[in-house]
Amino acid sequence: MSEEVAAEIRTTHILDLAAEGRRLDGRGPDEYRKVTVEPGFVASADGSALVHFGETMVLAGIKLEPGKPFPDTPNAGVLSTNAELIPLSNPTFEPGPPQPGAIEVSRVVDRAIRAAETIDLERLCVTPSEQCWTCFTDVHVLDHSGNLIDASLLAAVSALAHTTVPAKRFGIAEADYPLQVQHFPIECTFVRLGDAIVVDPTFDEERAAQGRITVATDETRRIVAMQKGLVGAFSPDDVKEVVRRALVHGERLRAVAKGDRP
Amino acid sequence: MGNVGAKEVPVLLTPDGRRIDGRRLDELRPIQIRAGALHQADGSAFVEWGQNKVMAAVYGPREVHPRHLQQNNKAVIQCRYNMAAFSVDERKRPGLDRRSQEISKVIAEAFESVVFAEEFPRTSIDVYIEVLQANAGTRCAGLVAASVALADAGIPMVDLLPAVAVGKVGGAIALDLRKEEDNFGEADLPMALVPQSGRLVLLQMEGHMTEEELAQALELGVSGCRAIYEKMKAALRERYSITPPSGGAA
Repeated sequence: MSEEVAAEIRTTHILDLAAEGRRLDGRGPDEYRKVTVEPGFVASADGSALVHFGETMVLAGIKLEPGKPFPDTPNAGVLSTNAELIPLSNPTFEPGPPQPGAIEVSRVVDRAIRAAETIDLERLCVTPSEQCWTCFTDVHVLDHSGNLIDASLLAAVSALAHTTVPAKRFGIAEADYPLQVQHFPIECTFVRLGDAIVVDPTFDEERAAQGRITVATDETRRIVAMQKGLVGAFSPDDVKEVVRRALVHGERLRAVAKGDRP
Repeated sequence: MGNVGAKEVPVLLTPDGRRIDGRRLDELRPIQIRAGALHQADGSAFVEWGQNKVMAAVYGPREVHPRHLQQNNKAVIQCRYNMAAFSVDERKRPGLDRRSQEISKVIAEAFESVVFAEEFPRTSIDVYIEVLQANAGTRCAGLVAASVALADAGIPMVDLLPAVAVGKVGGAIALDLRKEEDNFGEADLPMALVPQSGRLVLLQMEGHMTEEELAQALELGVSGCRAIYEKMKAALRERYSITPPSGGAA
């Protein structure tokens, strides 16, 4: 009960600050927290990356297994993306079946990976209709301090970009080889706080938000996925504005993930 | 444990008493413990132990969920041990299987033996263990991480709970098995020790041992636990010691 009262007070405070163009942690409206990407964190995975957005920490791991193509796509491999919002990561999560929030993160991340054609699925086909690779991306949220969508996609794509196909281990080829990533989508999430629209919301800002909007773009400046969430509304001009901002952030975050220091 | 491709039994012990990774029989793998690794949790710890990577978080004392588990005279301790899908060779399906549930139960009971639960009636102390990378001994690594996380959360306890597995490899009793030794060895015996009393609050065993070998294994495990105990205390000291402001170190 007391936590709910405290959250209510924080919400009021966050909205008051936003009206003056300020944020609780001192950032500007268009400023991300410090983003770091550590590829290869988990040796047991075929690819992995640990991503921090300030106090948010997300770990993505990739596993490839031989499987069978779907009948309607006999020449394509299979992608599967799953995000676990485990109760370790936040005091508000309870153990149990996946909550709608976790399913939304999984699906929005999955959509950006697919729509951007991050992986050429035909290259994951071994024998048409017979055998293909199934590529599992599992996202493990370890510390949830807001903006899981952006952190999860950045972790997932960074992990894919550092993945080795275990072809030798499964007796499919003579040697293992690197998984080719042909596009690098980045998701940027904004929330409305009164009249302000701020990027990279913290957990408390998400609770105070009057609407959330996510835009995924790739390195060719294509817009590949969007998602409006939470209760609230955006005008078409708001949407154009966040797309413009997402393209700028996308370029910078992609450089961070690739290890180029901007 | 999955071991795709590892069909032949490796040489687990050389004639001069060296193990597959060059360790002696009474030697632990390298252990690093970091207390306070997470921001959201009330207490947390990250343990790297050989090729294991384990994160633990503690929340509470807080309201009990589900409500019917609430006890009027003490806190309930709930534990969730979970393995990430990518933590093992063959992808594990996400979610709790029977093995994870059993481990969660014996770990919760180990902590119930040392936490002063009667100080927090009608509350829950929730212990979460996430295995991110597994290479045998994850329940012990999880227990060590969770024990440091409980201390980090300020939960009053009789003592910390160091834990280690002892096993039998190549006919000899060995401390702290790694994956190949666990898969191809003759026995595995994880244990957790209350250092103050010298008693064990977690004990499991699988395999074949004689009475003499078991006695030797228990002795080796207790001494291993005592070595880990020192590292746990050092991790907490590092987190909570006040470094002098001079010197300018970050």
